[in-house]
Amino acid sequence: MSFLVVRGLSARLKGDGARLLRGVGLSVAPGEVRGLVGESGAGKSMIGKAVLGILPQAVEVTGGEILLDGTDLLTLPPGERRRRVGAACALIPQDPLTALNPARRIGPQITGRLVDILGWDRARARTRAEEALAETHLPDPERIMRAYPHQLSGGQRQRCLIASAFVAGPRLIVADEPTTALDVTVQKQILRLIAEMQARHGTALLFVTHDLGVVSKVCQSLTVLYAGMVVEDTGVRSFFRAPAHPYSAALLAATPRYTDPGGSLTPVPEAVLAAVRAEVAARDAAAEGARHG
Amino acid sequence: MRLLRAILLRLATSAVTLAGVAVIVFVVIRVVPGDPVSMMLPPGATDDDIARLRAFYGLDRSIPAQFLIWAGGVLQGDFGTSITNRQPVLDLVLGRLPATLELSVLALGLAVLMGGVAALTGTRLRGTRTEAAIDVANGMALSVPDFLWGLVLVLLFGVIFPVFNISGRVTPSLDLPFTTNFYLLESILRLRPDLVADLLSHMILPALALAIPLAAIIGQLLKQSLKETMHLDYVTLARTRGYGENHVILREALPNAILPTLTLVGVQFTFLIGGTVIIERLFSYEGLGNLAIDAVINRDLPLIQGIVILFAVIFTAVNLIVDLACVALNPRLRHG
Repeated sequence: MSFLVVRGLSARLKGDGARLLRGVGLSVAPGEVRGLVGESGAGKSMIGKAVLGILPQAVEVTGGEILLDGTDLLTLPPGERRRRVGAACALIPQDPLTALNPARRIGPQITGRLVDILGWDRARARTRAEEALAETHLPDPERIMRAYPHQLSGGQRQRCLIASAFVAGPRLIVADEPTTALDVTVQKQILRLIAEMQARHGTALLFVTHDLGVVSKVCQSLTVLYAGMVVEDTGVRSFFRAPAHPYSAALLAATPRYTDPGGSLTPVPEAVLAAVRAEVAARDAAAEGARHG
Repeated sequence: MRLLRAILLRLATSAVTLAGVAVIVFVVIRVVPGDPVSMMLPPGATDDDIARLRAFYGLDRSIPAQFLIWAGGVLQGDFGTSITNRQPVLDLVLGRLPATLELSVLALGLAVLMGGVAALTGTRLRGTRTEAAIDVANGMALSVPDFLWGLVLVLLFGVIFPVFNISGRVTPSLDLPFTTNFYLLESILRLRPDLVADLLSHMILPALALAIPLAAIIGQLLKQSLKETMHLDYVTLARTRGYGENHVILREALPNAILPTLTLVGVQFTFLIGGTVIIERLFSYEGLGNLAIDAVINRDLPLIQGIVILFAVIFTAVNLIVDLACVALNPRLRHG
């Protein structure tokens, strides 16, 4: 039974009505790591934001459902939805340099959710936060708890954010390009850490990335998006062996390989793009037809 | 230690600033037309009378010589004697200072309160009609200067709905037990609500007149910084943790958004103190500003000098306090 099920999720810009998500469906089971890949603007971050209820004000959800443990979040009143998401889900953000509040110490930023939302007492929250920091292999958690963000390095801050994400034993984590802002050596460690924490807690993990190399390392399943439409939904092994959709195949072929550093980059062929765009147009026409029909 | 050194450095530069202010004021009020002696003597006084009086006040010497005599006195705590009041300038000025300080601080408090509430309400209700209304009110408050607000308030609450006093600092017929000139502070400490009420009834209109333009500036800037801060990642992250709008604004955004506002409030507060000169006149409030206008009208040179120096000291002190407050509130400055 999947912890997160998204069905037919559509969203558009409030101003010009541009479609951002076109009936997206996906699911993540406990212990599963699902990659969510696509080009910039394909709507992969948008799905994570919709699940967590942090879509920009200019974006509106026009249809579909987001089932969290069987309850449709979109039908809940805002306060109830916030508490439910706050208690069961967490976000590992992209940029550790801007995701910690510079005016507050690390400790309260991690324990806040435990105390304010889950109603733990402070001492217990503190102990748990230090434990979570230790799980991320940060030395001297007590010192980290007292530090301000500017006193820590980028890698240390990302570890704090990972500790913060796992501190309340969440059942679903959305990782939004969590290694993109880090340098390559730190990237590897952070990736390994996220996989390790996820395995230890048996969390369902939705891993948003544009990097198929990362997907092959940490994910079991993946969803390929193009223009807010699901192009392919498959297991990682079968994907890397034989992608079913021509666009996925082209995306895979376009991935630069470390084994062949001199090789030229292959763009996605125009014919493939034209075909997938035609699919998007057909989907839109069908949606319009259903609305008016 | 670093903080202490910074403070000492600031005090040293302040001393240089004050010396500069003293020189400029001293020279300017002697160079501009109009001289105290001709103001004091009746028309038809002989040249001989004028010369004798000038010599009596030391005005017959060269400006540098006069300055050295005056500066020598100041360094020993003697700011000279007021020509019109025949009292030591220092006594006069320090006697009036508490009235102006109480008025300015009350006005500052009102401004921070009104501006803060406007900014927080506008942020909480962003995108609604209330926010638009707050913006309009801010714009109006900002485009009308303090003395016009004074007149508007007198008209509204002194004449049409006479609920407040529009003249003086306190009702003189009351039993006044004060031993200092900090009337408001003393009435609060003596637990005399009747006196506090009477003082506030006199102070509220001039304080409001001073506060309204500053409140608008605080409201506008704080709302702007809050708005920018609300889009930052750590605020979004707090939302995913289950926090509601109020917590997000007050605990996550405000501590960061308040810093640029604080610096500006420091600068604007010195303008507010400058504004007391006209506002005190308007409300016949017995403070430094009122004294300053009398001194200028009467060409009371030693008194003008004393008042200007005191204002300069106040401005410097305010700036120092604001800088220290910024350090105290910004962890990046506090823990290097």
